[in-house]
Amino acid sequence: MKNSHEKVEKNVGLFFLFTVFAISIGGLVEITPLFFQKELATPVDNLKPYTALQMEGRDIYIREGCSNCHSQMIRPFRAETERYGHYSVAGEHVWEHPFLWGSKRTGPDLARVGGRYSDDWHIAHLTDPRSVVPESNMPAYNWLNTNTLDGEITGKKLATFNFLTRNRSHKDENGKAIPLYTQAEIDGAKDAVKGKTEMSALIAYLQSLGHALK
Amino acid sequence: MSNFWNIWVWVLTLGSLVGCFLLLRMCLKNFAGVEEGESMGHTFDGIEELNNPLPKWWSTFFLVTIVWAFGYIALYGLGSWTGALGWKSSNQGILNLAESKAKTLEYLEKDSGVLVQYDREVAAADAKFGPIFEAYAARSIEDLATDEEALKVGQRLFIQNCSQCHGSDAHGTTGFPNLADKDWLYGGSPEAIKATIMNGRIASGMMAWEGALGGDQGVKEVAAYVISLSGRSVDPDLAKAGKGKFALCAGCHGSEGQGSLALGLPMGAPNLTDNIWLYGGSKRAIEESIRNGRAGVMPPWKDILGEEKVHLISSYVYSLSQD
Repeated sequence: MKNSHEKVEKNVGLFFLFTVFAISIGGLVEITPLFFQKELATPVDNLKPYTALQMEGRDIYIREGCSNCHSQMIRPFRAETERYGHYSVAGEHVWEHPFLWGSKRTGPDLARVGGRYSDDWHIAHLTDPRSVVPESNMPAYNWLNTNTLDGEITGKKLATFNFLTRNRSHKDENGKAIPLYTQAEIDGAKDAVKGKTEMSALIAYLQSLGHALK
Repeated sequence: MSNFWNIWVWVLTLGSLVGCFLLLRMCLKNFAGVEEGESMGHTFDGIEELNNPLPKWWSTFFLVTIVWAFGYIALYGLGSWTGALGWKSSNQGILNLAESKAKTLEYLEKDSGVLVQYDREVAAADAKFGPIFEAYAARSIEDLATDEEALKVGQRLFIQNCSQCHGSDAHGTTGFPNLADKDWLYGGSPEAIKATIMNGRIASGMMAWEGALGGDQGVKEVAAYVISLSGRSVDPDLAKAGKGKFALCAGCHGSEGQGSLALGLPMGAPNLTDNIWLYGGSKRAIEESIRNGRAGVMPPWKDILGEEKVHLISSYVYSLSQD
């Protein structure tokens, strides 16, 4: 046999192609089939779309980088479920664009934080975390108290989510997809959030987390 | 998983395993046209490339990983085939908690052929800790409050779940009640404490009174009177005017400001005579409370923690004000 291996060793382009091919197999096997699994695209029974205010709160969560320190993914280990509640399942996240699972926990997981603390606590905690948790190393987000929403593009956001989730929404008895938002909700979105503080939006979002699995 | 994706996974996985094996076999052959250990005729910077074979330990381990892969697949499965163990990390396809519970029970049966790692872990822990919690649940809160072991468990649970608001020493902070004193909004009996934790206290709250009191002056007058109730010195004229207006407050706080608990009422209106202030006792804080109202919320914990744990936390909280 000729030394055909030499061709790969001496040709960077060819070596690159073979490398990409070899690396892609893992993804093709482990990830690609998931895109087509119905189980992973079916919302849990009680999944509800974010209200206009919660949607704005979610964008503030993204803007402030909350997911850099807080995950929203309870893994199926007893040590986690004892602390945070039932492990996260795919059906809770099918309407998330992008998902906010995070990958680091400087702070606790927030997947089921909704309802665990009062709104007053969240205000105190986001304004000055150490006022309620002296050990906390979370930054203060006091500007959320004074920044207000104008709601200019809130309706557009809701409409976009209607589009993004069109194949994964709840179905009515006839199997017809129910869009997340009605036209009236989209039209009323601006008035629903206008003048509200970013603090109230973020808290509305946080309080909505984790109630879908009932 | 559909048939297509099943075949996709099988072909790619087995194909790459076979491919790895063939690649290894090829690389073990000497096809350089040079004797092993001899020069390949390539020198650079005084270093000569020899035709050395792959190290034996390395190629053996490579082979072992391929064999290992087949054993792993046989145990843990591939595609829709769940393998000899029937292993899953968790039940991902569930759509509600009832379904989750049903699947857990179904798969914990010995002959179900499915091993859900998470459910096994929880079942093992329940078998170990379940009887302990059960024994605690059967005892009264007063009794547990004298049991050091039970209090330790209760304290752990408290720090985990309650300290964020009430503080790790349970002494509270502005807006979040101190649980270690003898001043209670909804009652300090074991039953009242447990009911508070189980169902939460979502009070309608104190309304904003500035309008009803006739503006800023009215707020100042009532604040002065409220401060005087705990024996602090105030402008007597202001307090006198405030006393007249306090009738509006008496519905919840009582005509003497003794609080709703003393009156047997359920709204959690604080006692104003004891100089213990949930939202701060400064003139400014009291005026702000009157002006804008307050609405403290204790969330319900029965669905999050379950009754057995709440029972233990109740005994810990109860023990804090017993001496």
